[in-house]
Amino acid sequence: MSSKLVMKAMIGFYIALFFLYLFGPLAVMSVTAFNTPSYPQAIPFEGFTLDWFVKLWNHRAMMEGLKNSIIIGLGVVAVSVPVGLAAAIIMNQIYHRARSTFYLVTVSPVLTPGVIIGISTVIFWKDMMGMTDVTKAWFYKGIILAILGQSSFVAAYALLIIMARLQRFDRAQEEAALDLGASHPQVFWHILLPFLKPAMISAGVIAFLSSFENYNTTTFAILADKTLVTVLAGEVRQGTTPALSALAVIIIGLSLLGAIIYEVMKRREEAQAERSKENAKIAERSDLGEAGPAGLK
Amino acid sequence: MSSRLFVFLVPLVVIAIFWFMARAEKGKHHDPTHKGFFERNGTALGIVFIALVAFWTLFLVTLPYLYMVVESFHPKLPPAQRGGPTDVLTIAQYKSFFINPVDNEINTTHIWAFVFSIITSVLVTAVNFAICYPLAYYMAQAGTAQKVRLIMLALIVPYWVNEILRAFSLRLLLASKGLINQALMGLGITSTPIDFLSINVGLYVGLSYAYLLVMIFPLYNAIESLDKNQIEAARDLGAPWWKIHRDVVIPYAKPGIASGCTMVFMLAAGSLAAPQFLGGPSTLWFTSIVYDFFFQAFNWPRGAAYAFILLTACIAFVLLMLRMFKVSLGETIK
Amino acid sequence: MSAGVELDHITVRFGQFTAVDDATLDIRGGEFFSFLGPSGCGKTTILRTVSGFLDPSQGKVRIGGQDMAGIGPNKRPTALIFQNLALFPLMTVADNITYGLRVRGVSKEERRKRAGELLDLIALPGQGDKLVSELSGGQKQRVAIARALAVQPKVLLLDEPLSALDLKLRQHMRNELRAIQQQVGITFIYITHDQGEALTMSDRIAVMSDGVIQQVADGKTVYDHPDTPFVASFVGENNPFAGKVVSADGEHAAIETAHGVLRGRNDRKLKAGDRAILFVRPESFRLGAGASDATIVSETLSSAFEGNATHVFLKGSTKKDITVTVARHGSHRIPAQGEAAAIHFDPSMGVVLPEGKMARE
Repeated sequence: MSSKLVMKAMIGFYIALFFLYLFGPLAVMSVTAFNTPSYPQAIPFEGFTLDWFVKLWNHRAMMEGLKNSIIIGLGVVAVSVPVGLAAAIIMNQIYHRARSTFYLVTVSPVLTPGVIIGISTVIFWKDMMGMTDVTKAWFYKGIILAILGQSSFVAAYALLIIMARLQRFDRAQEEAALDLGASHPQVFWHILLPFLKPAMISAGVIAFLSSFENYNTTTFAILADKTLVTVLAGEVRQGTTPALSALAVIIIGLSLLGAIIYEVMKRREEAQAERSKENAKIAERSDLGEAGPAGLK
Repeated sequence: MSSRLFVFLVPLVVIAIFWFMARAEKGKHHDPTHKGFFERNGTALGIVFIALVAFWTLFLVTLPYLYMVVESFHPKLPPAQRGGPTDVLTIAQYKSFFINPVDNEINTTHIWAFVFSIITSVLVTAVNFAICYPLAYYMAQAGTAQKVRLIMLALIVPYWVNEILRAFSLRLLLASKGLINQALMGLGITSTPIDFLSINVGLYVGLSYAYLLVMIFPLYNAIESLDKNQIEAARDLGAPWWKIHRDVVIPYAKPGIASGCTMVFMLAAGSLAAPQFLGGPSTLWFTSIVYDFFFQAFNWPRGAAYAFILLTACIAFVLLMLRMFKVSLGETIK
Repeated sequence: MSAGVELDHITVRFGQFTAVDDATLDIRGGEFFSFLGPSGCGKTTILRTVSGFLDPSQGKVRIGGQDMAGIGPNKRPTALIFQNLALFPLMTVADNITYGLRVRGVSKEERRKRAGELLDLIALPGQGDKLVSELSGGQKQRVAIARALAVQPKVLLLDEPLSALDLKLRQHMRNELRAIQQQVGITFIYITHDQGEALTMSDRIAVMSDGVIQQVADGKTVYDHPDTPFVASFVGENNPFAGKVVSADGEHAAIETAHGVLRGRNDRKLKAGDRAILFVRPESFRLGAGASDATIVSETLSSAFEGNATHVFLKGSTKKDITVTVARHGSHRIPAQGEAAAIHFDPSMGVVLPEGKMARE
């Protein structure tokens, strides 16, 4: 009995230690965002201030980087979700023998170090877009290259997420729609796409976040432009300022908000499913001729 | 440029081969359930799907890789001389990894950086496995559903903070004026601050910290599907806890372990942020060298060659892992 | 409007495997027709060939006299009720029912009106806004039927639609299906492995085994006059006695079995020397000795009282026991265990068939 208690205490201690490791650095950094000294320090706490948030707001390069990061993020979502969807559908239908090769090609960017993706993107597109002056002037830009480079592996994430749901698709649904007279495009728009929608939304969120956070690929592909992360990297290289901590506080706050929204949505969804199940049960009872609420009508 | 033509031809030939293989297979096994691709999706949608995937696999994946490989076999030339008579295929860039072209000595700096990067990445992978396995096991087998969901959220939230800021937070802790040195000096353990960053403690901690999540989720997914009764049965038979893990849980979770280890190794070996911001001033990380070839020496061919060396090492590591754990690639990436 | 369905020498092959072997059949318009057979016998393959999801390797399908070759499932005048129903979980009940009208470009108001009518038909009035997940098994069943009927098919195809329901509901749905069929008057083609369903609902039944149609007839004929050993052993209980024909005339054949020479109807016109099996149903036996070529004597193994009847099991010549069903009326004494008992039957109630594969062995 006591050995079980010791075991439990040990597990508790280990979990506490794990999350101290995970949250400790972030917590300390968050404290520095509100402390007055210009070197980010947590202790001693010399006075509460919000100046560092103002400094962050006035940091022009960082705000420009943020704008670019959002544009790139949306671009990556726009490229990688449709590509991932198309790839998942093709993967599902293609001949078995070709499937493993196709799979290897499509997931290889996930297993390739980001710097290599960045380098190869720049080398390839410099040559492609350099072929005419027009393409060079209009398309050989950091933002476009970053979208292309990031999409190469983000599309693989989208593929894996969408594929997981597609494998649970009941072919009979497709056949039922066809049998009722739907054309193939109608089956796609009315049946398959609504079924895949949740996975596509997850893929979109993951795509945006991966793009927004990316450093290794972007630092090459972005050329002379900047994103929030590359500006950050420059700042950290030059020195340390509590304004960076302030940015982290904002990001952590947004993450928590996102997590809470996700949790609330999930709970609401579960409650809805529970209600449906309850109704089905009531209907089942009245089916069998027993007195249930539905049977009273 | 003839190399450009070559690069474009290679994937087309591969696609053509697969096309004919599919045709041959179709002819051999007549299967009335199989509808043609365009028949199943409609012509317009079918074309859109194929165009999207072709764009991805060719223009975003295959062709850039091939271009990088071709670039690595070229000499470093000013733009005006590219395609000229001096632009010949050469293995000089690869040779330069082994023998420094400046003094014709063995290139110990770069070779050591490579070996150091690989060994460190392996160690980080092992350490992360050790740190994450107990939590993954707890989440998958012992924790209640509600607790698991809470832990899951607690794991994900810190990872929305990007790599650079996470490295920054560690730097604040480990710097000579940082909290840890303050604490150590306050407790009287040391009188002068310890420079954690220059002895690479920052680098090791930073790499491990950055990729915890990448290890924990594959482990959790693999262990979660293990039937609890199997563990109960082993316990009933009187197996001590470490034997249960060695003989039941770990063999079962093999694909997840391979997956987590592969991903952590790849990310660590290819990482740029941790070595740049947490590595000591004299520490040479292999990706940092590649980075410098592009941004400081402007020697793209040599950078490409080094990148290719890194890629080859990574592929070798993945194959080794797969062989060691006897799992297929499909099981690894899910 | 209903249409007949003709299968003209249909063969379907999957690689080396032949799922349906040269099936020829004429299903009349307005008929309730069942395909009955164990799983894997090819009945679902036939259904999918009729609905257009499979192209036959050889042969033709004609619906209402028109050749269906090259016509996809979405262009055929058939509607299919899937085994798992395949209702669209993300649509409401009304949207499910009117989906076929939606893809035909029927206006929203018209669709709402039709949904109301169909919901009335299936006794779910006013439930159109519910989600499919809120319905009971029986209600889902009826929604699936309404969805198929909404497109006014000439032929309704049903792929074991009752198999997911529990027993009580299943029996109720049998009556309902039959009533709906009579009301709408279109051709129903029904697939099942449950002989009770096939016998109670169908005008005619095709019994299938290993891709081959064994017999096509109404339920009574299939039960009383089976064409093959498979049909005799698959539909209802039966006692087989294998042997060799020793004498035969137009009406009866006598075969030499392990239990002596026994006589039965010679429906298949066997000749002396043919290898054959005599089938006698448990309820055709009577206790006590009768004519020598219709009497069996064997050891009693056990008996089971079942209210309206008692089953007596006698030792057979193979692993399978001989089952005798003794009706409640009558004053027979049930033989005790271990006792030698004599049973006899009317030779016109036994049938001698050429040797062949039997079911469940």
